[in-house]
Amino acid sequence: MNERRTVWKVFPVWDFEKEEQWLNEMALEGWALVAVGFCRYTFERCRPGQYIIRVEMHGADDGYIRFMEQTGAVYIGRMIQWIYFRRSAELGPFDIFSDVDSKITHLQRIGWSLSMIGFANLLIGCVNTFSVSRAGILNLLCATLLMYALGRIHGKKESLQRERLLHD
Amino acid sequence: MNNDLALTESTYYILLSLYSPQHGYGIMQRTQELSGGRVRLAAGTLYGALNAMCDKAWIVQLPVEDGERKKMYRLTERGLSVLRAELARLRELVKNGEMILEGQSNERETYCLEGVPGLGL
Repeated sequence: MNERRTVWKVFPVWDFEKEEQWLNEMALEGWALVAVGFCRYTFERCRPGQYIIRVEMHGADDGYIRFMEQTGAVYIGRMIQWIYFRRSAELGPFDIFSDVDSKITHLQRIGWSLSMIGFANLLIGCVNTFSVSRAGILNLLCATLLMYALGRIHGKKESLQRERLLHD
Repeated sequence: MNNDLALTESTYYILLSLYSPQHGYGIMQRTQELSGGRVRLAAGTLYGALNAMCDKAWIVQLPVEDGERKKMYRLTERGLSVLRAELARLRELVKNGEMILEGQSNERETYCLEGVPGLGL
């Protein structure tokens, strides 16, 4: 069996591109991502630069994963709504999105999920704070953090939409 | 459905690739081949576009045959007319571009900004 290694690392949701970049740096150093968990990444020895890794937020959709696999990508795993793929670098450049529109749609999908979780936390936080216990403050903190994340994602989306005014 | 809107480059090449039935990976390869390697469709972008085009009935999914795991798609009559309308639009763009940029009669007027007071040039 191949040499394995587990790394614990935290990435804020708006830094998913940095997460992807880090995973690709690991692949360049000869560590291929083979499993994901909550802030936990498991790697296996590979040839340096053997794989390209991509991360995307996508709801449960087996049809999509099959579609990706037919294009040579390998499904690594899922963490909540984030899915991880890798593809052999020999097959050429590997991206999930190739135009501005689909990148904007992806950011909208992330924004939508953050809003839902944020709103739920806000609601639970308010109810708990004013009635049952003081624990609701944690939910309110969560909601605040999620709203901040939503702002960061929105900023990224706006800069793409500005680009979209001039380019396809 | 608004047929007056311009198609994106990805949409145009996906429809063109589907002139004969193809599966997803086939569309990616055909597009790359047609554009001389310039346009590379990524799978996520393609998947979203195929679903949107099925909703608009520009393309249809062919019935999956036994033992065949890949979904095949085909252009519909509606899709073909969208493609023809886009071709006419593109011809107009090219014609006007050539007329202005390559025409003999259009001597470009150039302004001399240095002389304009207040611009500080």
